[in-house]
Amino acid sequence: MNDNGTIITLTYREAIKQAIRDALNRDEKVFLMGEDVGRYGGAFAVSKGLLKEFGPDRIMDVPLSESGFVGAGIGAALGGMRPIVEIMTVNFSLLAFDQIANNAATLLHMSGGQLNVPVVIRMNSGTGRQLAAQHSHSWEPLFAHIPGLKVLSVGTHEDARAMLLTALTDPDPVIIFEYTSMLNIEQEISSEVQPVDIRRAKVRKEGQDISIITYGPGVYKTLEAATELSEAGIDAEVLDLRVLRPLDEKTIMASVAKTHRALIVEEAWQSVSISSEVSARITEKCFYELDAPVQRLCGIEVPMPYPKHLEDASIPQKDQIVAIVKKILQHEGV
Amino acid sequence: MKEFRMPSLGADMEAGFLREWKVKPGDYVQRGDIIAEVETQKGIIDIEVFDEGIIGELVIKEDDKVPVGTLMTYIHTSEKEVEKEPELVREESKMTAVQVKEPVKQMREPVTAPVHRIRASPLAKRIAAEKGIDISKVRGSGPEGAVIREDIEKAVQEKVTQPHKEIPPPIAEEIAPPSVSVQSYTENIRMAVAAAMSRSNREIPHYYLQTKVDMTAALTWLTEANRQRSSKDRLLPAVLLLKAVAKALTDVPDLNGWWENGLQRKKDIHIGFVVSLRTGGVIVPAIHHVDEKSPDELMKMLSDIIPRARALKLRSSELADSTITVTSLGEGAVETVYGVIYPPQVALVGFGGITEEPWAENGMVGVRPVMTVTLAADHRATDGNIGNQFLTALKQHLKQPEQL
Repeated sequence: MNDNGTIITLTYREAIKQAIRDALNRDEKVFLMGEDVGRYGGAFAVSKGLLKEFGPDRIMDVPLSESGFVGAGIGAALGGMRPIVEIMTVNFSLLAFDQIANNAATLLHMSGGQLNVPVVIRMNSGTGRQLAAQHSHSWEPLFAHIPGLKVLSVGTHEDARAMLLTALTDPDPVIIFEYTSMLNIEQEISSEVQPVDIRRAKVRKEGQDISIITYGPGVYKTLEAATELSEAGIDAEVLDLRVLRPLDEKTIMASVAKTHRALIVEEAWQSVSISSEVSARITEKCFYELDAPVQRLCGIEVPMPYPKHLEDASIPQKDQIVAIVKKILQHEGV
Repeated sequence: MKEFRMPSLGADMEAGFLREWKVKPGDYVQRGDIIAEVETQKGIIDIEVFDEGIIGELVIKEDDKVPVGTLMTYIHTSEKEVEKEPELVREESKMTAVQVKEPVKQMREPVTAPVHRIRASPLAKRIAAEKGIDISKVRGSGPEGAVIREDIEKAVQEKVTQPHKEIPPPIAEEIAPPSVSVQSYTENIRMAVAAAMSRSNREIPHYYLQTKVDMTAALTWLTEANRQRSSKDRLLPAVLLLKAVAKALTDVPDLNGWWENGLQRKKDIHIGFVVSLRTGGVIVPAIHHVDEKSPDELMKMLSDIIPRARALKLRSSELADSTITVTSLGEGAVETVYGVIYPPQVALVGFGGITEEPWAENGMVGVRPVMTVTLAADHRATDGNIGNQFLTALKQHLKQPEQL
């Protein structure tokens, strides 16, 4: 790594790989474990080449048993290691849900503060690759429901490059959602790695007229929508939640207090979702700042269809974001 | 002891000027007595009481402007109460509380006339409160007509740029002019009509039905009846129309009531009769208990109330009690009236002029005096079938004027 802050172009996949490599180099207690992460190079080729670089003790292939290896990761964390557990896709995390919800999230509390579980669990998530109803879930709301977990969502290349590093400094379990649909996207970022504050949401674009609050794949879509909206004279603020639990109320409320309008965009199903929670908190904490009802644009509540056009229709797209913002602002020509 | 509060004299009234107390502490009043004159957008209204007792302290002063519901005075419902210590009164008042249950109810009715909820964003409400803007006077440009921040900011701007025009249209404030000019009453009435009709069009999904009535029998009966009366006692066709409406409402009671959290049917039939003012605007005094009145009694009431309405000199109950409205455009060329319901009522009956028309009946064509009757009704409260039953009944009653 050079630290002179030049601009480099890289994929989201490459950014994650560099973060893992960085973490392995920084701390010898860190190791990566997961299905096919070693010899195969990862189901999505994120860890390709790392086995050769770091050896089988630190890049560990595990049997196809999510409950087993996530449990082993939790055990390793209790034993003083800093495991990065990769669950191939978020769908399989349900098999490990008991380990995460009942062990990782509870042990600090149940041991009276004696047992921290510094495990980081990464999972590929979301839609966009025609993987149909059982492999396209957005389970962020499920995990964000559980006290004892920190839940992060990687919506940009900067975060892909650096969020893992901050997560590994946390003494408690951190769940990181990465997005399959974004792996091949190329972006320019600074080669200088900026530390990511995993307690704070991040304003990705400042604006005056409306706060569009989103996370994950919604971030780039919303930024594109904001660019299009600015051509129509609408100055939208784009807020990347980044941390889904605990929510960064301060940043959310500051944004809404400035723009007086809020739209929440997420791919997860609308009912009992991150957007439900954000909307409720805005109404609770920021009611007298609102000049319009809080609106939400979420995934259509169906099992994810296989055909491309139906898959696209099931999640929020840029054009819809533009249209709903214009409607909220009563922009002429909608 | 009863509290007497500023009554609501119609859904659009927010506040009233106390112009004159007609009583002083210690005076004995009974139900129906006029205790004060209150000035509203609709003129100076005589305020009636609904309880019997002794007037207590006069809480508000003459020329005070107070919102609807403000305590004006007390009425001690038993004479002893006035002198007695509060401790001793307790048992007594329990008794009287039971006795006066009925009047309390009737007094409450006009007081609790519905308050229209203003649709505004929380931010707009907050800024309005901070800047001292009356949000009810601001036109909303937001979704579904909501008042949003921009509207309030505009209102603030106007307030700043026009400091001399501090007098808002409805009621001239604070300056307390002893008599407001006819000109400003006309404007006020215009504003009151505008507010009520805008609300009606905004909130009430109207449906309209119409039918034609052969008025031969009614007019013949009227001519006969008037032949036996002196010129000052003669009946006007309006009497027959009101009687027929009251009878049809007895048959189809769903149209006689208010929409307040659902249809509230009213037992009494108080017909609001639209009176046009020569200076412009309309005023709608209630003709009480039309169903219980004979045509002659009704005629007397009309002769009394119409001139008073034109002089803007009505009693409070006459402004607030109507359970349905009747409008009759009998004098011009208009044949059909499509009315706008006066909220919170749920129906309005419109009578057009009587014109001669070819009329087919029993396979024969003849020329008859024909009148078009329309019904505008609130579709939240009733459906076309009810409207149909009502107009059918009304037509039937007009064909049998002797039964009215």
